[in-house]
Amino acid sequence: MDKVHFLLLIAVALFAIGLLGVIVRRNLLVMLMCMELMLNGVNLSLVTFAQQTGTASGAVLVFLIFVVAAAEIAIAIPIVLLLVRRKHTLEADAFGDLKG
Amino acid sequence: MTHSLTLIVVLPLLGAVLNGLLATRLRDAPLGKTFVTVVGCGLPILSFLLAVRGFLELQATGGTPLIETAYTWARIGGRSFEIAFYLDRLSAVMALIVTGVGSVIHVYSIGYMHDDKSYARFFAYLNLFLFFMLSLVLGRSLLVLFVGWEGVGLASYLLIGFWFDDAANAAAGKKAFITNRIGDAGFLLGMFLLYWAFGTLDMDKINAAFTSGAAPVISASLAGILLFIGASGKSAQIPLHVWLPDAMAGPTPVSALIHAATMVTAGVYLVARMSGLYLQAPAASMVVAVIGAATAFFAATIAVTQSDIKKVLAYSTVSQLGFMFVALGVGAYGVGIFHVYTHAFFKACLFLGAGSVIHALGGEQDIRKMGGLAKKIPVTFWTFAIATAAIAGIPPLAGFWSKDEILWNAFASSSGGSPVLWAVMAATALMTAFYMFRLLWLVFLTPSRMAPDVAHHVHESPLSMTGVLMILAALSAVGGFVALPHFLEPLLPMAKTPEALHHYETPLLILSVAIAAAGLVGAWFVYGGGPDRATRLAARFASLHRTLYNKYFVDEAYDRFIGRPLVWISDRVFLNLGDRVLLDGSLNGLARLAQRTAGVFSRVQTGNLHLYALFVLAGSIIVLAWSFRHG
Repeated sequence: MDKVHFLLLIAVALFAIGLLGVIVRRNLLVMLMCMELMLNGVNLSLVTFAQQTGTASGAVLVFLIFVVAAAEIAIAIPIVLLLVRRKHTLEADAFGDLKG
Repeated sequence: MTHSLTLIVVLPLLGAVLNGLLATRLRDAPLGKTFVTVVGCGLPILSFLLAVRGFLELQATGGTPLIETAYTWARIGGRSFEIAFYLDRLSAVMALIVTGVGSVIHVYSIGYMHDDKSYARFFAYLNLFLFFMLSLVLGRSLLVLFVGWEGVGLASYLLIGFWFDDAANAAAGKKAFITNRIGDAGFLLGMFLLYWAFGTLDMDKINAAFTSGAAPVISASLAGILLFIGASGKSAQIPLHVWLPDAMAGPTPVSALIHAATMVTAGVYLVARMSGLYLQAPAASMVVAVIGAATAFFAATIAVTQSDIKKVLAYSTVSQLGFMFVALGVGAYGVGIFHVYTHAFFKACLFLGAGSVIHALGGEQDIRKMGGLAKKIPVTFWTFAIATAAIAGIPPLAGFWSKDEILWNAFASSSGGSPVLWAVMAATALMTAFYMFRLLWLVFLTPSRMAPDVAHHVHESPLSMTGVLMILAALSAVGGFVALPHFLEPLLPMAKTPEALHHYETPLLILSVAIAAAGLVGAWFVYGGGPDRATRLAARFASLHRTLYNKYFVDEAYDRFIGRPLVWISDRVFLNLGDRVLLDGSLNGLARLAQRTAGVFSRVQTGNLHLYALFVLAGSIIVLAWSFRHG
């Protein structure tokens, strides 16, 4: 198993763990963290491919994702805070008010 | 002189616009009423003067038609539809009647409508009517004629419902308008047929095509009957006569101008104008004669029993229009127009006289509550008497000449005349004389039956009204001396009468004088001493009297066999089945279907975030799998 395969496997593992966390866990903060995990899995695969092809574009994309992720979390955390203030819980199921 | 024809037509329109848009806004201005009067009466009089000049011009050229194209309306496939005006002897006579009688009735209206709050609106409508009537009369093509035809219908509707505060007046207006629509359907079909066959709607060209024999690719009778359906709507012939008596709801000058002297004769004018067609259509001509005779007869029988002064005159108008159609039906077109011309004078005079009576009595129209007015309003009485004698056919007044010619042609014309037709028309003439003199006696001569407070206020009308009455009475007296049928002969050939019948002419002439005299004597005998003898007669023939008094129950029959089924079918089939069940049902059904489907799928929206994430995952996997397989 060469280095590329190994790195890609780790990337997939990170992504899968994150996904599983988003789907399974009920705690909103944990779900947000798991989403970050998925993003990092993607980042790792991008860096790996960039290394393999010897181009910079993959690495540039990674920075882009960093920025987007930071922005996203900067919005998501306050939203979660507001929600929690309203319902006094972090359980995602408590926020099903808008269901059809 | 160019454009004088267009000017004749357009001047009244200008008056309608000025009075309708401007004067209605300056109602309270100090000179507002004067402005309305000057514009409303001045422009029709100007129009009349121009018509006289056009007539003189026509005479100077020996009868060559003047044609003036005002505007090209549309050009379709190489054929152009023009708004063109056409002045020949026939349309000149009609234009002179319309503008002449129209002008004097405008002048009469100054006095009659003086206190009405919608004075300007009244003159605007009257001027609008004149505009449309003149485009009807002077139009060269059936298209322009039809525009005028519909326009006079509109003006008639507006004026019948002039006092629209009263629902009955508005209903009468609608009745007139809707009844006319039925006739117009026939007229339109006839026009389409002629256009399809000839590619033109110019009446002179259509007539020429028929006369030269080049035409008959179509059935002339069919076209003739279709046009006559239109004519019978406008001219109130059976079975479309029901609107005219109700049209008396309008102000009396309107009844005189539109529903007696001019508009209702438009049907007669149409048939005479299309004489080239009708000459080739014996079947259609027969229909015209039979319908005319039936209308004349039945309307006269109804008129004998009516008690509203305007209703009597209305049925008399229907009856006289029947006379005109009989003349047209037996091929005596010039004679029919001659009767239009004399009728315009005496019937306008009668209606305006009736208006003067109503004015004097403060709105009373029931002849059972009149009587003894001869001394109190002498000018009205004498003019009314002259016009009555004229319509009854007392020589040498105008009505005698035209009616006698109609009777003679009904008897002797080789295209449709017969002794039976003559007998029917003679009986009608007898009734005409009878009911008109009945009216004269009941209103003016018998002892007064008025309520004391009404009788106290009786007064003669102002000069603007009585002056007009005198003019019209004079014309009713001497108008018959114009040999109009001969004047029109180059255009409208006389009906042929077999030589063998000519020795009947003098006896028939004497007979028709005797008939008029008999009507006079009969009315004097029955009504001379007041209405008592007539009441006894009515009681003796109660069922006949009831039938006649209720106008043969035609309105009731229409209501039962057409009106109510129509309402029923509209309510049950169109409203409840069509609208509510089918249309609303299918739309509501669609909406409910969407709602139910949405209800099913909304279960998916659980509000559970993890389930959504799972769906996203499942979706992504499916898309990926699909793209791997097909990539």
